[in-house]
Formats: sequence, C-alpha cells, structure tokens
Amino acid sequence: MENYNESRNEAWREELRKSKTAKERNNIARVEMPQLDPAYRITCNEEVNQGINAEQAVLEATRCLDCPNPQCVTGCPVGINIPKFIKNIERGEFAQAAATLKETSSLPAVCGRVCPQEKQCESKCIRLKMNQPAVAIGYLERFAADWQRNNTEQEVPPMKEANGIKVAVIGSGPSGLSFAGDMAKQGFDVTVFEALHEIGGVLKYGIPEFRLPNSIVDYEIEGLRKMGVKFEKDVLVGKTITYDDLHEQGFKGVFVGSGAGFPRFMDIPGENLIGVMSSNEYLTRINLMSAGRGGDTPVMHGETIAVIGGGNTAMDSTRTALRMGAKRVILVYRRSEEEMPARREEVGHAKEEGVEFMTLHNPIEYIGDEKGHVKAMRVQRMELGEPDASGRRKPVPVEGAIEEIPVDIVIVAVGVSPNQLVPRSIEGLDVSRRNTIVVNEETMQSNIGDLYAGGDIVRGGATVILAMGDGRRAAQNMARQLLGE
Amino acid sequence: MNKIVSKERFSENVTKLVVEAPLIAKARRAGHFVIVRCGEKGERIPLTIADSDPAAGTITLVIQAVGDSTRKICALEPGDCLTDVVGPLGQATRIENYGTVLCCGGGVGVAPLLPIIKAMKAAGNRVVSVLAGRTKDLIILEDEVRASSDDVIIMTDDGSYGTKGLVTAGVEEVIKREKVDKVVTIGPAIMMKFVSLLTKKYEVPTEASLNAIMVDGTGMCGACRVSVGGKTRFVCVEGPEFDAHEIDFDELLMRLKM
Ligand SMILES: Cc1cc2nc3c(=O)[nH]c(=O)nc-3n(C[C@H](O)[C@H](O)[C@H](O)COP(=O)(O)OP(=O)(O)OC[C@H]3O[C@@H](n4cnc5c(N)ncnc54)[C@H](O)[C@@H]3O)c2cc1C
Ligand SMILES: Cc1cc2nc3c(=O)[nH]c(=O)nc-3n(C[C@H](O)[C@H](O)[C@H](O)COP(=O)(O)OP(=O)(O)OC[C@H]3O[C@@H](n4cnc5c(N)ncnc54)[C@H](O)[C@@H]3O)c2cc1C
Ligand code: SF4
Ligand code: SF4
Ligand code: FES
Repeated sequence: MENYNESRNEAWREELRKSKTAKERNNIARVEMPQLDPAYRITCNEEVNQGINAEQAVLEATRCLDCPNPQCVTGCPVGINIPKFIKNIERGEFAQAAATLKETSSLPAVCGRVCPQEKQCESKCIRLKMNQPAVAIGYLERFAADWQRNNTEQEVPPMKEANGIKVAVIGSGPSGLSFAGDMAKQGFDVTVFEALHEIGGVLKYGIPEFRLPNSIVDYEIEGLRKMGVKFEKDVLVGKTITYDDLHEQGFKGVFVGSGAGFPRFMDIPGENLIGVMSSNEYLTRINLMSAGRGGDTPVMHGETIAVIGGGNTAMDSTRTALRMGAKRVILVYRRSEEEMPARREEVGHAKEEGVEFMTLHNPIEYIGDEKGHVKAMRVQRMELGEPDASGRRKPVPVEGAIEEIPVDIVIVAVGVSPNQLVPRSIEGLDVSRRNTIVVNEETMQSNIGDLYAGGDIVRGGATVILAMGDGRRAAQNMARQLLGE
Repeated sequence: MNKIVSKERFSENVTKLVVEAPLIAKARRAGHFVIVRCGEKGERIPLTIADSDPAAGTITLVIQAVGDSTRKICALEPGDCLTDVVGPLGQATRIENYGTVLCCGGGVGVAPLLPIIKAMKAAGNRVVSVLAGRTKDLIILEDEVRASSDDVIIMTDDGSYGTKGLVTAGVEEVIKREKVDKVVTIGPAIMMKFVSLLTKKYEVPTEASLNAIMVDGTGMCGACRVSVGGKTRFVCVEGPEFDAHEIDFDELLMRLKM
C-alpha cells in the first residue's frame, strides 16, 4: 500500500481533502451517464454512453473520500492508483489524471468503457458501505482518458534507447497490444503478428461500436506505431510462419496473446440448421466485415431473433440484432438474471432497448423448415437448485415444462474456448486439459523459456483488463530475462 | 496487399491467377487453402492453393466466378492487388504410398485436385484421374493432370468431350477394372456425395474436400461446421478433407444454400 500513501501525502492532496468535509462530499449525488435515447440508438451504431463532461467529472471526483486505505484499488485487477487519478480530476489536472492511469493501464479509454466495474473497483468503494452508490470510477477513468485523447497531441512516452533485441507478439488483442507497448518502451524491437486483416482482436471483431468505437482502439494502435511497434496482418502463426521460423528470423522472445476465439455450441438437435450461428459469426460478420453496413459480406436478417446465453457476448448480440432491424429479440438464459455474467450496465441497456429476457429457460432443440432453415426453438423451463462448483445455484429442468417458440435466427453465445492453433503448433508446450497455455502466474512464462502468454489463451474467456494486465506482467518479466537482469 | 503476377482465362467463368505471397508459397502443402479479400469492403473468400513456386514467392489460384466476390477477383488484372491473402489454412492432404489412387475432380475442383495428384504421384502411387464437367469448355488443367497421372478419364454431361456421362460412371469403370486403394474427390458437394455413395458400395476409402461457407477461416466463427461421423467439425481448421463415408452431405448441401 506504500505507493498509494506516498502520493496521498503530497501537499496538494492533503489540501484538497481538507477543502470539503466528508458530509459535503457525501451529499453529492452520483453522476448519471448521459446516453442516447433508446428509440434513437437502436437505429444506428453510435456509442450509447456519451461520456460525462468536465464539470460532471470534477463533481463526481469530489464524491471520492480519498480513503487512507483505498479498498477500490484492491478491486481493480491491475491495482490502478484510483484515488490519485480521481483527485487529479477534482483539482482540474486532467492530464495528470490520465498520466496516473497510464502508469498502470495501457488502455484506460477501453477499460473505462468495458470493465465490469460493479464487480471490480466500484464493488469495493467505501461509499457502498455507507449505503450510497459507489464513486463512478469507470466513468471517471473514461473521462480522463478521453480528455487526454481529445485535448492533447498524442505523445510518444519516454522510451529507453533501442536495444536491438527482437520480440514477437502473436495476436493483437488487449494482451498483445499492452505487451507490445511496454516492450517498445523498454527499447525492444517489437513485431505484432495478427491472423485477421484488422488489428485489435475482440476489441474490433467482437465488442460492437455502440459500446466501444473503433476510433478509440485505432488511436491506441496509432500510439504503438509511433513508438515503433510493427504490425503484420494476415499472418497466422503456426500456419503462415512457425515458432521455429520466428527464431530463424532472430526473435528472442515470443508473447502469445491469441485469445479464446473458438465458439462453443450446445450439441443439441438442429444446431446446424441454417440460421443457427455462433455469436462470433454474427458479430464478426457485422463488426469486422461490415455486413449490412456497406460491406460485401452478407448477414442473415430476421424478424424474431433468439440469443442464447447471459454474458457480454450474448448482450452484444441481442443489441446488435435490434440494430440490424429485428422486431423481436429474445434472450434465453438458463439461470436467473442475478447470475448473468454480463455487465450490469449492458443488461440495463438491453432492457431499455426492448430485448425480452427469457431467464430460467434453456433451448433443447431447434426445428427447421423444409429448406433446413430454423423456424422454431424448443425451450425447457428451469429452476435453481443446489449451488454448483462455481458457487452459483445450478439450473435444473422443470419436468414437462417445454415450450415451442417461433424464431427466424438463433445466435448461440454460450462461451468460447482457447484457440488451439498456436498451442498445437508448438512442440513440447505445456497445455491444460481446457486447452489453455499453462504459465507461471507470477511471470506469465510458459514451460518453454522464451515463450510467454497471457489473456484469454491462458485464462479461457476473461476480461480486457485481465488480458491487459497479463501483457504488462509478461513484458516486465521477459524484458528482465532478455536483458539479463 | 498481394500483387497479381499473371492471369490466364480457362473458360468464360474460370480464371487462373498467380499471386505474390512468399510466406504462403513456402509453407503450403497439397490440400491447403487461403482466404482472400478483394477491396476494403471485401468478403473473406476461401480458395484452394492450386500450385506454388517458393522460389518466385507466388501461389496459383483457380477461381470460378459464381457470385459477386469471385467475379470481382476474376476481373483483376496483372499488376492489380488482392487486398488480403492469408494462409496456408486447413490440414494438408495425407500423402502416402497407398498403391493405386483415384483422383476425381469436377469443374473447378480439378484445380485444388492437381497438387494432390502431383503429390500422390511423387509418393509412388499409380494415379488414375477422372475429370468431369458439364461440357468441354469446363474441363480445365487437362495437360497438367495428364503430366502427373498414369491414366486420365474425361467425362462430360453432354458428351462434347471424352465420354458422355456423369463422373460416377467414370469412377465405377476404374474401380471395376482395377484394384483402387484410395479415392480423393473434389468438386461440387452434390458430385462428392454421389462419388462417396459409390465408393462406399465398393468399400474404397475416400477423402472428400469440402467447400463449406467460411468467414474467418481460423476456427473463430463456426460458419464452416459440418457433421462428420455424427460430430460437428470445423472445415477450416480440421478439414477441408474428411472421410467421405462419414460426411453428412445432405446437411452440407443444405448449409451451402445459406
Ligand atoms: C462480444 C464480446 C464482448 C465482450 N465484452 C467484454 C466487456 O464488456 N468487458 C470485458 O472486460 N471483456 C469483454 N469481453 C472479453 C474480452 O474481449 C476478452 O477477454 C479479451 O479481448 C481477451 O484479450 P486477448 O488479448 O486475450 O485476445 P483477443 O482479444 O481474443 O485477441 C486475440 C487475437 O489473436 C489473433 N490470433 C489468434 N490466433 C492467432 C495466430 N495463430 N496468429 C496470429 N494471430 C492470432 C486473433 O485473430 C485475435 O485478433 C468480450 C468478449 C466478446 C467476444
Ligand atoms: C476450402 C475451400 C476451398 C475452395 N477453393 C476454391 C477454388 O479453388 N476455386 C473456386 O473457384 N472456389 C473455391 N471455393 C469456393 C469459393 O470459396 C466460393 O465459390 C466463393 O466463396 C463464392 O463467393 P461469391 O461471393 O463469389 O459467391 P456468392 O455470391 O457468395 O455465392 C454465389 C453462389 O455460389 C454458392 N457458394 C457460395 N459459397 C460457396 C462455397 N464456399 N462453396 C461452393 N459454393 C458456394 C452459393 O450457394 C451461391 O449459389 C472453395 C471453398 C472452400 C471452403
Ligand atoms: S481498470 Fe477497470 S477495474 Fe481497474 S479501476 Fe479501471 S475500471 Fe476499475
Ligand atoms: S474507496 Fe471509493 S471513496 Fe475511497 S478512495 Fe476509492 S473511490 Fe474514493
Ligand atoms: S470459417 Fe470460421 S470457423 Fe471455420
């Protein structure tokens, strides 16, 4: 906790703390995120959350009590110095706030938008214990990062002198991008290899623009380019080039951030009918390939669309379906709303936009028409039984309670598994039964000395912030190893 | 960006392009394919690598114009570029000395079959090739196939060239005539279905190369899934070749109408 207190003891912070009483701070209501009207936003792809303005940000920052022992920090997987950045906002030093974020996170504009704050930093905020809403840490994080992007020239951070050591990154998702940035700063010669024709991983092909505009991801990528990071698109490592080729080309270290892009299906009858597809397929066609928005790639349209699952991917699919013109979108989830892994905010947004929630139901069969196109789904009613291994109450079928619902399209969003392409192509690499790459959790190093990994390929499906943190940790340790420190 | 080095028209709708792609040219083996994109809004289209020249750093694609994207690609001229080419994708063909291998190709399927014919021949097999098309103009790469085959049978639906009849008649003729140890078939799904039914009757192990609809080609979307032996498999990473006798061709045919 030392470094948190060090900055807390600075004169300006002490003064700022004293400038208002706790009571004054407590009396301020939590800021509301300005958002587009639901009726309008489902007609377009514009970002729903409009962001708070400087005045709102300063006021919200004033709500933070600058705790001596800030618990919010323990809720952040990467331990951002939350009070320090927030207090910088309160005193109007927005650039300092952004700089504080950058000390720990390479993608604050992204995480401020997509982190499940209500389960992480905000869940630990002292104000919850006072029966008040938590400080809007996520909104403030987004504000500071956006302010920086919109009001200052993009700067190249201080860089160590080039050391001439080449390192390779496999995959350009948040883990790979963060790793690349940190290694470049340390003077390494970094090349990122990406299989797709776009850089950004799930940030581009998965998360829709109404939640995370591409321009924000592109800005970060541009920043890395300015730092000298090279990007090679259309290269599938393990196929186009191998791990051995990388060595031959003189790469001394390799970071694998290839994600968990393998969609799971449920193995129920009718799942291969036309019109039943994975959320990855649906979102990739629309987000990556611009289907239905001027791209050559087609995507199926339908009046009634069912989305199976309860995570962020499911929520993104429902809301994308509305934006593609569906009249009725039904979310089918086998547990209750409380157990949904999706961000609370997105669940709320989906409801406002008119998504029908069919919780405690599970599809058991899809029925096709004579052309093999899905026309209905049979859903089984569930109830919650005893808690399972994950601690959540296990859904069990209610005997006989089966319903048939007409649908035009079904989008299956029941999870992903690690992409096996890279692990399988590297002989001797330690891979778990779940197909994740096994690493030392402290260093992110695999059983092969020069190969590190992080993000979803190590964790299965996780979050942007965890992927980012892994990338940074791997960079720190690989740099140490390669520089012989 | 990958430059088109040369172009040849095989028929009105079938075009051969030689494309710069040095890394792929080096890594590819018979049976592999690439995904290409033409234009910034372009679709990702799977195409088999018909040949490659690692020294020149080029790969050869043979494309049949069937829709907008393939028409756009066929309209490219030498000097133009494909926006993206990624590969080699899929699993390479299992090349072994089986004895006698019957290679059966229909329409543009002869292009992806050619590298397999060559590799099977190089592995010491006796290679009998059966080429089929609706009409004479649609028989492609005949000379190249002859160069690597011990015998070639040509079938056309309308009898304008070779023997009149369906591809299955040609295949059956060979199987009745001599012992065939392996069949490899590439062509329209409906053709592969009937070849597969036939070789199943004669109990000849058969591989079919499936042309499922794809988006990414890296295992990420599941658009390419097919049922093989009752299990769902992804053609782009586990295929494109599967044991033909295990493939649910009716499901594949249905899904191709997407
Ligand atoms: C629709 C959706 C919504 C989500 N919403 C949220 C959210 O709101 N909040 C949150 O925190 N998390 C969310 N997530 C999860 C989050 O996006 C992931 O945990 C995170 O992106 C993982 O990052 P990564 O770096 O491991 O890899 P990814 O982002 O998965 O990127 C991996 C990249 O590697 C490339 N690649 C794979 N194999 C190879 C290879 N062999 N050679 C070269 N390149 C390769 C892939 O093409 C891909 O671009 C969401 C995920 C999805 C799908
Ligand atoms: C592994 C693999 C290898 C292939 N190799 C070659 C090749 O070497 N040369 C070649 O010409 N084609 C090949 N194909 C088929 C080629 O990818 C399709 O013809 C192409 O995607 C059609 O795109 P389009 O936009 O031009 O046509 P669309 O407008 O998409 O479709 C036009 C018509 O073609 C049919 N069609 C669409 N996609 C496919 C498909 N994947 N397979 C068969 N029919 C389809 C449609 O049903 C429709 O009737 C291959 C496909 C796969 C999966
Ligand atoms: S990175 Fe995520 S968890 Fe950490 S402070 Fe920011 S919003 Fe909270
Ligand atoms: S716990 Fe809440 S009030 Fe305390 S420092 Fe963190 S954000 Fe501020
Ligand atoms: S094409 Fe997407 S998984 Fe095969």
